[in-house]
Amino acid sequence: MNPKTIMSIFFRALAMLGLVIFVSACARTPATDLNASGTAAAGSQQEFLVTVGDRVFFETGSSVISATGQQTLDKQAAWLNRYSNYRILIEGHADERGTREYNIALGARRAAAVVNYLISRGVSANRITSKSFGKERPVAVCNDISCWSQNRRAVTVVN
Amino acid sequence: MKLLNRRAVLKLGTSCAAFIAATSPVLALVKITVTGGNFTPLPIAIPDFASANSAFGREMSDIVRSDLKSSGLFSLIDPASLPLLVGNISANPDFASWRTTGADAVVMGQVENAGQVQGSVRVWDTQAAEQVVGKSYSASGNASRRIAHQMSDAIYSSLTGEGGYFDTKVVYVAESGPKANRTKRLAIMDLDGANTQYLTSGKTLTLTPRFSSNGKLLTYLNFDNGQPRVFLLDLASGRQQNIGNFGQMTFSPRFSPDGRSLVFSVEQGGATNLYSLAIGSNKPIQLTSGSAIDTGGCYSPDGQKIIFESDRGGSQQIYIMGAGGGGAQRVSYGKGSYSTPVFSPKGDLIAFTKQSNGQFHVGTMKPDGSGERVLVSSFHAEGPSWSPNGKVIMFFRDPGGNSGPQLYSVDIWGRNEQKIPTQGFASDPAWSPLLS
Repeated sequence: MNPKTIMSIFFRALAMLGLVIFVSACARTPATDLNASGTAAAGSQQEFLVTVGDRVFFETGSSVISATGQQTLDKQAAWLNRYSNYRILIEGHADERGTREYNIALGARRAAAVVNYLISRGVSANRITSKSFGKERPVAVCNDISCWSQNRRAVTVVN
Repeated sequence: MKLLNRRAVLKLGTSCAAFIAATSPVLALVKITVTGGNFTPLPIAIPDFASANSAFGREMSDIVRSDLKSSGLFSLIDPASLPLLVGNISANPDFASWRTTGADAVVMGQVENAGQVQGSVRVWDTQAAEQVVGKSYSASGNASRRIAHQMSDAIYSSLTGEGGYFDTKVVYVAESGPKANRTKRLAIMDLDGANTQYLTSGKTLTLTPRFSSNGKLLTYLNFDNGQPRVFLLDLASGRQQNIGNFGQMTFSPRFSPDGRSLVFSVEQGGATNLYSLAIGSNKPIQLTSGSAIDTGGCYSPDGQKIIFESDRGGSQQIYIMGAGGGGAQRVSYGKGSYSTPVFSPKGDLIAFTKQSNGQFHVGTMKPDGSGERVLVSSFHAEGPSWSPNGKVIMFFRDPGGNSGPQLYSVDIWGRNEQKIPTQGFASDPAWSPLLS
């Protein structure tokens, strides 16, 4: 083999290695965090999603955190305080039974209520950011209360 | 005499009906037009426009007929039944034969598209046997539809005594994709749905576009880097820019009447307040304070006042204050919640969205909150925008579920609801000022 060919093989191997690294990086989705028994690994995003619960719901027009919501956020706070490496994004949402601008503000108010609650439970403020989607990103799509109540939510995203 | 009265009634029907006192013999007719029952559209005859290119003549007259018909104020006599199939701009009409068609007005037009586009239009009163208006237009070759709309405006204006609104654009939010992850980008089109162009890419959510009073700039909400921010867009250059990262979010922008400032909402820590900003500066002025949601700010046409919606009293209601802020007074007192207030171009009415009894309504009230009139009630209707002459309101309706919103217009008496044609789902209409 001449040196040119050797170099070519070397670069191809390097490219393959790069591809393998790239694929494994991409595969860091919550699914890979499941251990052999099918439960989420401790401290994983999957555990936060499944065991802790990533969202709280609100009454129509309200940003008051319900008793159920408080329980969820207490669990979130405990988990977030234990796994302090995660950054936290609170997404505030409104249902579609309101006007566009107001719902953007309402989503922000809900997100702020969750941020304040988590801070009150010891989560560091500088780990948390928030944003509102208003009514633009519903999760449930139908024309009755069963969907609207799921869309009035604040979702805690850990990263 | 009878026909002249009909023209007079049309004029009255488009003016402020409540103002007309119970002394005139036309009162009964005017009242009927308000409630929408027996309003009689003005019979009008429009033969095909004369042209060296007869197909072009027909195309242009079709645009004009379609414009006038869409207003709901005219009934078009079948062009095939007219004494002249192609109009003659140079001669006085034979009024006797036009009267037999039942037409109160006849329109003669001539258009040419050799290089430049040229259009001339004359409107005749068949009863008085006199010209109502005569106008000529010219423009570069690709502007033929605009010339047609300008001719429509001249006809509408001469017969109603009001400004026209056909030579206008509409900017709206074009929606596509699944409901839970919908792409929302800004689009601009002619009022009749022609010449659609997309202004934003759809990579980020773009919402609530509003025109400057000269029609050259837009302000809108862009989820730039994921966070809602007020942007400006120059329609001539396409240039888009963030006005500044004030607070956590900036949203719900609208221009001042002189186009030099914006009023918009700034959210911080869950509280949303109104601010104004001189365009080009980076020093916003706070207009409201407190923990409530204050949004939907809109200047009065004289620039002296701002109306907005606030939930400071519990539910969303409309308030008014000086343009410098402070001293807000509640305006809306009806049953339900009120939002998205917009001053009419003359400042005599406020259009709003109202929610009550599980329904949405679009309506108007006077700036002091009296005289509320609901124009449209629906599962979901929202976001009124005024025609430049203040006689028509555009809004969007959403049937909910996996379907999507569409644009509609309705006149200020609640008559003549029309679907505005768009490519796909559409929301947040913004009606431009007259382009000429």
